[in-house]
Amino acid sequence: MRERQMRADMATSPNTTISASTGTTTDRSTRSRHGALGTSALRPDGLPKAQGRFAFSSDAWADNMLWGATLRSPHPYARIVRIDTSGALAINGVSAVVTADDVPGKLTYGLIASDQPVFARDYVRYAGEPVAAVAADHPETARRALEAIVVDYEVLTPLTDAEAAIDLTRAAIHPDGNVIRRQRIVRGDQHLVGEIVVEGTYEIGMQDQAFLGLEAALALPDDDGHGVELFVATQWLHEDQKQIAACLNLDPSRVRLTLGGVGGAFGGREDISLQVHCCLLALVTKRPIKMQYGREESFYGHIHRHPATIFMRHHADRDGTLRRVESRLVLDGGAYASTSSAVLINAVTHVQGPYRCENATVDGYAVRTNNPPCGAMRGFGVVQACFAHESQMDKLAAACGLSPVDIRLKNAMRTGDKLITGQVVESVAPVERCIRETAALPMPEALAVAPDPLEIPGGSGLTAQRANIRRGVGWGVSIKNLMYSEGFDDYATARCHLANGVATLQFATAEVGQGFVVLAQQIARSVLGVDTVLLEPISTDIGSAGSTSASRQTWMSGGAVDGACRLVRERLFAAVAGQHGLDPLRLAIDGTDVVDTLGSLRISVTDASRGLSFDETFEHHHRKTEELDENGQGNCHVAFAFVAHRAVVDVDPELGLVKVVQVATAQDVGRVLNPLAAIGQIEGGIAQGLGLAVMEEIVLRDGKMRNPSFTDYLLPTALDAPDVIATMIEEPEPQAPLGAKGIGEPPCISVTPAIVAAIRAATGRELPRTPVRPYDIVFGP
Amino acid sequence: MSNEFYRLRVNGVDHEIRDAWTGESLLYVLRERLGLPGTKGACEQGECGSCTVIMDGEAVCSCLVMAATAVDADIVTVEGLANDGEPTDVQQSFVNAGGVQCGFCTPGLIVAVHHLLDRNPTPTDLEVKEAISGNICRCTGYGRIFEAVRQVRDARAADAS
Ligand code: FES
Ligand code: FES
Repeated sequence: MRERQMRADMATSPNTTISASTGTTTDRSTRSRHGALGTSALRPDGLPKAQGRFAFSSDAWADNMLWGATLRSPHPYARIVRIDTSGALAINGVSAVVTADDVPGKLTYGLIASDQPVFARDYVRYAGEPVAAVAADHPETARRALEAIVVDYEVLTPLTDAEAAIDLTRAAIHPDGNVIRRQRIVRGDQHLVGEIVVEGTYEIGMQDQAFLGLEAALALPDDDGHGVELFVATQWLHEDQKQIAACLNLDPSRVRLTLGGVGGAFGGREDISLQVHCCLLALVTKRPIKMQYGREESFYGHIHRHPATIFMRHHADRDGTLRRVESRLVLDGGAYASTSSAVLINAVTHVQGPYRCENATVDGYAVRTNNPPCGAMRGFGVVQACFAHESQMDKLAAACGLSPVDIRLKNAMRTGDKLITGQVVESVAPVERCIRETAALPMPEALAVAPDPLEIPGGSGLTAQRANIRRGVGWGVSIKNLMYSEGFDDYATARCHLANGVATLQFATAEVGQGFVVLAQQIARSVLGVDTVLLEPISTDIGSAGSTSASRQTWMSGGAVDGACRLVRERLFAAVAGQHGLDPLRLAIDGTDVVDTLGSLRISVTDASRGLSFDETFEHHHRKTEELDENGQGNCHVAFAFVAHRAVVDVDPELGLVKVVQVATAQDVGRVLNPLAAIGQIEGGIAQGLGLAVMEEIVLRDGKMRNPSFTDYLLPTALDAPDVIATMIEEPEPQAPLGAKGIGEPPCISVTPAIVAAIRAATGRELPRTPVRPYDIVFGP
Repeated sequence: MSNEFYRLRVNGVDHEIRDAWTGESLLYVLRERLGLPGTKGACEQGECGSCTVIMDGEAVCSCLVMAATAVDADIVTVEGLANDGEPTDVQQSFVNAGGVQCGFCTPGLIVAVHHLLDRNPTPTDLEVKEAISGNICRCTGYGRIFEAVRQVRDARAADAS
């Protein structure tokens, strides 16, 4: 078992521990070759991105193209009485206006349930819902055209309270009803009352993915009008293809997608946004169509993290042993289902946290309201559950007279323990190690007597006084499922070609910034002993890779690339063995050579593959999962990863200002495949969790967004970034093809409750809600 | 649309912009009319820094500048930082240090960091944070970006001594 420590803090000496920063010093495995697995291989798209040469989807351009734009509902709930597009069509430079009447196929789409209209036809159900789209010669012409479309609405009273949506006596706002899904978990003793009982109701605000690269696509119509090619930033090309083809009434083979460069995703590109609109306009106008959202439209155009209200009651023995959890969860799914039902399942099945607990009574709802639709965001339901269970663990610790660390160690889950769903945790589960190793990381220095204003809460613009600032420390620990759940056959495909010592890989795995492109190259280098690994364009020309989400691509597409490379290696060995009269099972790759492990043959892979060509495709499937029964019992998840976070904050309680000073973390990663990429995921996830803790929230009033802009929706800046100290715990996961667990989501999950707990410790406030606002600190209970 | 035309000097090259709507931002004209899509837009409000370019020696948000008002300015974009496709030290160190993930923030940050180091070759860590606090990065949490800047700063200092 190895581990790496990485310091990412700026404020202190950079050479205290091993640093991921140089990109050269982190590789401890002496045998691994430059660019192979385990090294900080550099991403192939890095330099093009740094030089501005990398083509993002918004950079796509075609001769003769038109600009598409979308008309959206200003009302959260209204009946459409009439749409008059003639004014827009009369504008010089406008080529087409389309509405629901122009959709040739299925009128709705959706990831799990097809319940979201391509364009609203009879009702609009959220403010920002698409009603029509135009194609014009210039973005400004398109904007004027949208203004010229007349829509008469009969405005209705919106349903904006998630709790009210559960009330079955209320009129449904959608034919599918107001409750998207309800799931209970009933396990063990339903009447157990602990010696110690603590409870609370917790609220999580609506967070936005806020990926930097706005939604954009270019659609090119086929000459015969029966097909279209789309360059788009998405997380799952084949799912888009399926949904677009159905809405356009085209054969899926006639809808060809190529990944346009993706400027971040974080769940916000799992659902269809402009895909169908853009393709439809291309088919109608027979011209290339470029569509690109601005930032405000992006807030309307993609789903968000579910706001949630979670009641929890924990029962424990006097010594702190957790005996039973009770919980009621209500997730506001907004107007359309998106992935709400899966988000709900994640929330209810993770509500015990990474702790042993035999008895549970859980009731969860995902409901439909006239608020903006919610769906996938990094952490996917577990973020919400974690904020509640970690807040509870601190209450339990206080009630039992234990420290936050000791209560967690006492109950820490281990491999072989059962979840409240009855599922046995077969994954490596180093929860105790995560906690202990986080606790062993150094604490930050005390705030200087005369700190730079930039280092105190609020920064230089605000007026926190050094004497008022209080420091607090808080903890969070989490469990996160990896891959898709509930019986979904979640596979990934990859192809490998080898000739003359050069490997070429093909896959449809969406590269959204996470770095799968470099990981795929590393795998091929390690398995095949090649140095040069070329990558085909990421497109629907090959089978599905599934979604870049659920921390799944290292495991799934990594497994597929590994499998394809191994098949090619077998054929290479067979060829070499045939030439030399050897048993191919004696052959192995050593560095860049094929070697006979029992003899003296050594031949470079380049020579061995000269004049030959091997081409293999592999599909990786993970083990089967099951659906939950009505009591929430069943093996619904594939595998789990764990992480601990310790946050240190400085707070000015009188002004309600917070500065997150340091976050220490130990993460269960299975195996580090690329230290530089791994630390990037950890630091990036921590920043997003910090955002949810202290600043990020879409504020709604009567169903309307109050802050759909970067001026009003605040994101962490360089000055908000805490020092991060990370330890990666390497206990290879036997189930995982490369021994590595997905690492994308865990960093952002328990850091939020850790920061909020630290603010509680500094202020004594209850703070049952995240993000914590200055008002909550100054005036809260 | 108007029939007027104006000239822009970008990366040392003069361009004539004809038949353009005069309300177009410098960001739009660079990207859509001059074939220089390296400069990115992510907010159009001067909040994210993705669109940072150098105008007469100052780092500006090109989304906030009307192109037609930039006629007498000397404009440098991410494409114009180096010649012959060779990366600058800042560009190379962003890659080496892991400062690039999705890369959408990267061109703006690279321009901002060049501008910072031109003015202040030895910024403290806090000065670096302050200087790039107008450039939002959603992916990296900034840690590797700080490291990239630190590496260039130190390498340049070593070269100078
Ligand atoms: S696009 Fe100019 S600052 Fe964001
Ligand atoms: S690398 Fe994605 S926004 Fe910075």
